[in-house]
Amino acid sequence: MKILVPVKRVPDPATTIRVLPDGSGIATDNVKWVINPFCEIAIEEGLRIKEKQGSGEVVMVSVGGKNWQEQLRTGLAMGADRAILVLTEKPLDSLGIARVLAKIATDEKPELILMGKQAIDDDSNQVGQMLAEMLGWPQATFASKIEIAGPKCTVTREVDGGLETLAFPLPAVITSDLRLNEPRYASLPGIMKARKKELKEIAADSLGLDLTPKLRIRELKPPPKREAGRKVASVQELVALLHDEAKLI
Amino acid sequence: MGDVLVFAEYQHEHFPKTTLVAISAGLELARKRSGNCIAVVAGDGIDKLAGDAARYGVSKVIALESPSLKHYLADSYAQALAELATNLKAEAVLATASAIGKDLMPRLAARLGAPMASDIIAINDDGSVVRPMYAGNVLATVELDGPIKIITVRATAFDAAKPAATAAPVEKVAPKLDSAGLKMEFVSFNETKSDRPQLTEARIVVSGGRGLKSGENFKIVLEPLVDELGAAMGASRAAVDAGFVPNDLQVGQTGKVVAPSLYVAVGISGAIQHLAGMKDSKVIVAINKDEEAPIFSVADYGLVADLFKAVPEMAAEVKKLKHS
Ligand SMILES: Cc1cc2nc3c(=O)[nH]c(=O)nc-3n(C[C@H](O)[C@H](O)[C@H](O)COP(=O)(O)OP(=O)(O)OC[C@H]3O[C@@H](n4cnc5c(N)ncnc54)[C@H](O)[C@@H]3O)c2cc1C
Ligand SMILES: Nc1ncnc2c1ncn2[C@@H]1O[C@H](COP(=O)(O)O)[C@@H](O)[C@H]1O
Repeated sequence: MKILVPVKRVPDPATTIRVLPDGSGIATDNVKWVINPFCEIAIEEGLRIKEKQGSGEVVMVSVGGKNWQEQLRTGLAMGADRAILVLTEKPLDSLGIARVLAKIATDEKPELILMGKQAIDDDSNQVGQMLAEMLGWPQATFASKIEIAGPKCTVTREVDGGLETLAFPLPAVITSDLRLNEPRYASLPGIMKARKKELKEIAADSLGLDLTPKLRIRELKPPPKREAGRKVASVQELVALLHDEAKLI
Repeated sequence: MGDVLVFAEYQHEHFPKTTLVAISAGLELARKRSGNCIAVVAGDGIDKLAGDAARYGVSKVIALESPSLKHYLADSYAQALAELATNLKAEAVLATASAIGKDLMPRLAARLGAPMASDIIAINDDGSVVRPMYAGNVLATVELDGPIKIITVRATAFDAAKPAATAAPVEKVAPKLDSAGLKMEFVSFNETKSDRPQLTEARIVVSGGRGLKSGENFKIVLEPLVDELGAAMGASRAAVDAGFVPNDLQVGQTGKVVAPSLYVAVGISGAIQHLAGMKDSKVIVAINKDEEAPIFSVADYGLVADLFKAVPEMAAEVKKLKHS
């Protein structure tokens, strides 16, 4: 089965993010860039499905700048077969990204699109659902378990209050939650092999799509800072303060 | 001005506080844009719910009724809502940033070709909105262009809508669904059973982390304190990943966002991803044996102690207080 995995490049989750003084963006010096953790989980799931089925192809696609190659190479080293980098220097909104991905999906004709539930930089949680609608495909967001039997797919989802199970025919879009799997590390032979794998670049402008953003960021600010309070010496003091001072218990 | 629609999600035949928050944000947006706020209830056999929704200050309730809407599914709900929003020439559609809101609204946005802002925490007078990014390290002011905007609302950021003196009229609408576009099937819902208050509604939340070391310890060490305080229980990602507690207890950037009057973090280090889900709580208490743990940088009251000793002591102290 052919599986398409959209991949985003984001700051490492352990990086402390600071807003530039003029509010135009975030400071990127000292930022280490990685594959969005949820996309990494999606790549891993694609590889496992391929391994289980004994055949198939895992194709990654990114919509970003030239340096996104680095993350795609990492995905290739994990075991993905090839990658497509749709180059754009202009910032796109989620609709624009989904439109590009829909175009690539129409050309590539995967049976399954696996992607992250959320990019940990914009925290939007939008692109997968938008892509599913644009393609007219079923969607299963927040997946913690995926079972494929013939043309039918069953997905367990992490939702409010428990776990929901959905079923639908393929093709479909599935977005990963944290518990879907634990991604592998790229092995040394994997890294060697990745150098020779195909990483195709396409200019977003050449796709003939209207990518004018309808969502614009006007300004970024740091959030109000929360001050540390005080240390208490004992449980008795803590409970007394919660009772007398905070009046909460 | 066009109407502001609020998708009113329900659970077990009632509207949780998180839905009333979305209604309140819808009322605020409608006021700022001089439009009407309409609550939309979708499902099958929803007369009572539609009547309930009418009591929260909205101008009207639309009951979207169809057997195909019996269970929430992204494809059928997006179709039904898109048709309604188009017919009404609505200016905005809002929902809570709950699991359903997050699943549904981007699909609706794509169907309408409309921009979407996720998880907003404020609405400015000019119609722009504020939303957190980067695990809450950044607040972005964003503008949405075009005739219709899609928004999900962070449930901790607005007050819940209050019952009004009069009830609004209810209008029933039967959506025309294109069955070729409906491919998803609901199979089952495995509900996490609990008699405790819901995480997103509770006045007090007690969360446990990896420091608890096992699911068993959540039961025997943490739960007595949770119940003595009448609190909801939460957890860090590490505790959920380790299988100590169910998934839907995860508090944080990629779990639930809570802002109770009191948040007690037990054996949680305070990673930025966890702070993103609880740092707007009114009072934060941290119990951790490592005095350098980052959780102390946001705690109003920090206790450096072994949780296995401190937590049972605290439960006993609270009990004493209640009986005094
Ligand atoms: C993509 C992504 C998304 C994430 N989303 C979330 C999220 O939504 N929510 C979330 O919580 N995390 C999230 N995380 C994980 C986050 O980065 C941390 O790894 C996690 O919060 C750590 O959990 P913890 O504090 O329980 O564990 P640890 O960091 O291991 O901390 C355990 C703490 O317990 C203390 N302790 C141990 N024993 C005792 C004792 N006997 N008495 C007292 N204290 C003790 C230790 O001192 C330590 O501070 C995410 C990470 C990534 C990469
Ligand atoms: N620029 C991009 N290129 C490729 N995939 C993307 C891009 N942006 C978002 N995605 C995918 O969409 C998912 C959700 O992102 P978001 O909706 O931005 O939170 C990510 O985990 C990726 O799988």
